[in-house]
Amino acid sequence: MIEVKGLTVRYGGVTSLDDMNLTFEQGTCGLIGPNGAGKTTFFNVLSGFVRPAAGTVRAFGVDLLSMTHFRRARWGVRRTFQTEQAIEELSVFDNVAMVHEHSRLGAATRRKDVLDAIEFTGLGTVAPDAKVRTLTAGQRRLVEVARAVVGRPRLVLLDEPAAGLPDDESSRLADVIRGVPEHTRALVILVDHDMSLVSACCATTAVLDFGALIASGPTAAVLRDDAVIRAYLGVA
Amino acid sequence: MRDTLVRATPLRTRQKPSRTQLISAAVTTALLLFTLFALPQLLSLYYIDTMTQVAVYSMVTLALGVLVGRVGLVSLGQVAVLAIGAWAAARLLFATTQPYPLILLEAGLITMVAGLIIGLPALRLRGLYLALITLMFAGAITVVLATVNFPNGGHGFTGYNGSLVHIPPIRRPAVAGSDPAYFRYSVVVAILMFALVYAHIKTRPGRAWAAIRQSEPAALAAGINTWLYKLWAFALASFITGVAGGVLAGAVHYLYSIDFPTQDSITLLAVTLMGGVYSMWGAVVAALLYQFLPALLNNWGVSADWLIILFGLGVLQVLTTAPAGLADQVPKDLARLGRRLRGRARPKPEPAPKPEPAETKP
Repeated sequence: MIEVKGLTVRYGGVTSLDDMNLTFEQGTCGLIGPNGAGKTTFFNVLSGFVRPAAGTVRAFGVDLLSMTHFRRARWGVRRTFQTEQAIEELSVFDNVAMVHEHSRLGAATRRKDVLDAIEFTGLGTVAPDAKVRTLTAGQRRLVEVARAVVGRPRLVLLDEPAAGLPDDESSRLADVIRGVPEHTRALVILVDHDMSLVSACCATTAVLDFGALIASGPTAAVLRDDAVIRAYLGVA
Repeated sequence: MRDTLVRATPLRTRQKPSRTQLISAAVTTALLLFTLFALPQLLSLYYIDTMTQVAVYSMVTLALGVLVGRVGLVSLGQVAVLAIGAWAAARLLFATTQPYPLILLEAGLITMVAGLIIGLPALRLRGLYLALITLMFAGAITVVLATVNFPNGGHGFTGYNGSLVHIPPIRRPAVAGSDPAYFRYSVVVAILMFALVYAHIKTRPGRAWAAIRQSEPAALAAGINTWLYKLWAFALASFITGVAGGVLAGAVHYLYSIDFPTQDSITLLAVTLMGGVYSMWGAVVAALLYQFLPALLNNWGVSADWLIILFGLGVLQVLTTAPAGLADQVPKDLARLGRRLRGRARPKPEPAPKPEPAETKP
């Protein structure tokens, strides 16, 4: 469970998140909104890349903001990026293993966890020692997801994981994302503009607009909300 | 599927080396044996001294390659770092009777501390700004060295005595007093430094550096302490350059601040880029360009100053057509040439008979 209270982020004179109050309980939760609404800023706050002007974030009872960025990742905050950031010159295995390297688990257990993560994402058909630069865009996205789910993450942040993917790879990715909570027992927050992906994966969804939370609740109800339709989805 | 995956995973386990790896290891071993045993017999003293300098500067360009190629940090202060290593080694060699390897280790560690201080701005800066800061540092060290001078057997902290008439030479190890023996000694030290870098690249620091170079946010999101690994890179590069400074002190016997001009750091970066920053062979190529080529031109009576133009063009060529440098490009070009020659030597297949044009009926 993640509990956000009074979260405010300012970039100079621009307020990117304005007194945001939000609670995500469990499973996969959606976070949607138009470009510039503050979704990625929210992820950057959770990952420690952006320091908020005010507010608190408690994840599973822990004050997240008191930890430095890399310690948050080691504690279990994992994320993907809008522009895919798998490390090109390393192998698939090393890309995933480097995230789990700081764990205190034994080498054999870590190795098993890495292989499990690779297999879970459906990358088992690719040789684990294949360099990431030789993979397709969809496979690289899966490497990123494998990096996010390896070991025992507590909070998985997926920032437009299907952006730029063709339909078939996008639907493959949706299958993987749906399985993440069960595989990891982590809370997953999914940011995406693909409403079919959000509807398929997320039981609950929150909507941001100009840094303010305009709706949250069960996904189906949120997507029918008049304020959400006006601000983001539009009228067909 | 699971079993297949486990079997297919050769990482971090003992695995059978591939044919390419075996050939590469055999070529490397043969070259090293040739360099250690045959080369000193074949070369004149002039070229043996030059090759000692190549061994020294291969360590310097190796260290610069770690910073630029592995971590993506541009340093224009490597000549100053080399001078610090040489100064520390010279001072210790005059002041103590410690064995030479211990002196090299100490010089490396002293330089490492200095390197960590230079590396501090790298925690906040990258690219041009970091390059500028390190260049200013090199300039400052040049000024300090011109004032303090290199030790020459005098007393006190600086170990410099301007009134000495007979300046004692900086000593060499007992086992490597002659020029050929010292050349071999330098090569062995260089091999150890290359092995040290190789061990880093193949383990956790290498992976962390690769992540930092490509994307710092991605590295942080993977739980990598980017500050630690950036400083680690600076510490390693400075240690290696400090050791190189120690070897240089013994090679030249007398050190002067004029031998470490600030602008040489820029030339070093240029040759390192030309050699190739992503491969360890690139460091050797860079050192050959930096030391062997000027010596060759001098021997032929041509001014080595022309090389600045050549290096400028070389960097332009590398940045536009071969970003991985000569160490990557030349083998590829040779392989391409080989394929072309083999293609010519092979008899051309008989051209297939042209089908008879079908008779067209009017």
